[in-house]
Amino acid sequence: SFQTTIMAVEFDGGVVMGADSRTTTGAYIANRVTDKLTQIHDQIFCCRSGSAADTQAIADAVTYQLGFHSIELDEAPLVQTAANLFKEMCYKYREELMAGIIVAGWDKRRGGQVYTVPMGGMMVRQPFSIGGSGSSYIYGFVDSSYKSGMSKEECLQFTANALSLAMERDGSSGGVVRLAAISESGVERRVILGNQLPKFASC
Amino acid sequence: MLLSAKPSFAPVGGFNFENVRRNAMLEEQMSGQGFKAPKARKTGTTIAGIIFKDGVILGADTRATDDMVVADKNCMKIHHIAPNIYCCGAGVAADADVITQMMSSQLQLHALSTGRAARVVTVTRLLKQMLFRYQGRIGASLIVGGYDVTGPHLYSIYPHGSFDKLPYVTMGSGSASAMAVFEDRFKPNMELEEAQRLVQDAITAGIFCDLGSGSNVDLCVISKGSVDILRPFDQPGKRGCKHGQYRYKKGTTAVLTKTVTPIAVELVEETVQRMDTE
Repeated sequence: SFQTTIMAVEFDGGVVMGADSRTTTGAYIANRVTDKLTQIHDQIFCCRSGSAADTQAIADAVTYQLGFHSIELDEAPLVQTAANLFKEMCYKYREELMAGIIVAGWDKRRGGQVYTVPMGGMMVRQPFSIGGSGSSYIYGFVDSSYKSGMSKEECLQFTANALSLAMERDGSSGGVVRLAAISESGVERRVILGNQLPKFASC
Repeated sequence: MLLSAKPSFAPVGGFNFENVRRNAMLEEQMSGQGFKAPKARKTGTTIAGIIFKDGVILGADTRATDDMVVADKNCMKIHHIAPNIYCCGAGVAADADVITQMMSSQLQLHALSTGRAARVVTVTRLLKQMLFRYQGRIGASLIVGGYDVTGPHLYSIYPHGSFDKLPYVTMGSGSASAMAVFEDRFKPNMELEEAQRLVQDAITAGIFCDLGSGSNVDLCVISKGSVDILRPFDQPGKRGCKHGQYRYKKGTTAVLTKTVTPIAVELVEETVQRMDTE
């Protein structure tokens, strides 16, 4: 499963998403280079936290449903539709599932959007969202550092900083930082390796 | 002919929970007298896989344990799925065996109906969907590796249905020991010799450092168009030779009387099964 740190931020023209890369079974790291940013559609991604098996299965199901819907519509699906599909599944099976998901992407109706679907199955749009066990350590940081109207580069830096701080303090987050920037022109993916992470003064 | 009101039940797939209450009652009664319920036989295993320059190498030990007793000294943990796809199984031995057989036949049907050669990602998806459906009650941890039209691929699948796609993976009780060897010496695009030695060393680490793994190292090398099953590749756990003689000479015991009664027997069928004896 992943205890994790995941994050997504809206900017004018798109979204930036980030995640750590650690999957643990108990105290053993089963995969230290996990990709928790899963593509649901051309310009819609999701960040997964919670049980790896549950979130992979949900993401597969939603990818299929959204792909089918998009073909029926004959146009790119809305981010809100993807978020709704996640919410339906997560709420209906809330007792059986352990899944906290952040859905983010770009569509031509509303531009960049971030929707959070935490455990329990609520769905709400937020200008930025953090999730996973490591997020508890960075609420103060993101609340104080976030400014609306940031550019894409500023959002990338903000996300990388926030994730580094969380990974530093949370034992179950770590590895590399995976970033994705989604905009009208497409998806740009980056990886920040362990030794290139932003450093902060620490004792 | 007596026709019953309901037609005969066709066998339904899945788990059968009829005996749950009976088993619970038996366990309750038996534990009072000191008996324990039988446990499913686990393989207590070291399995590993890597992607090297020309394909995939899968490795496994060959010990199957029943609690603290070795049930099978030379069991085969590398299962055939398709001519170009093999799967190592850890966890509950029966679950790993049966689920790989089931998915192997499903994969063959899929290949026939699509008219395309089977792909590793297909069998991975079939396996993980089935394991997720049973919510971890099928205790099989699998490493699936193969070389299909899109190249070499290696996946690890956990009993709850999650999977990882990685260049090197280990699973089973000896996985930590094997992973230590991989993390130290793995490089991308290794040559065949070096890669075989790396997998052998990783499995050997599991054999020596994990109680649940032992006996021999089996390797399976899958490259474009060819599969080599090297069984055994190495035998680090070979039994030493006994230094003393424990046999008594003929005549040590005095024979008092001897009666010979010939029995006429017709040889119908002869099968030979080798046993591992002194």
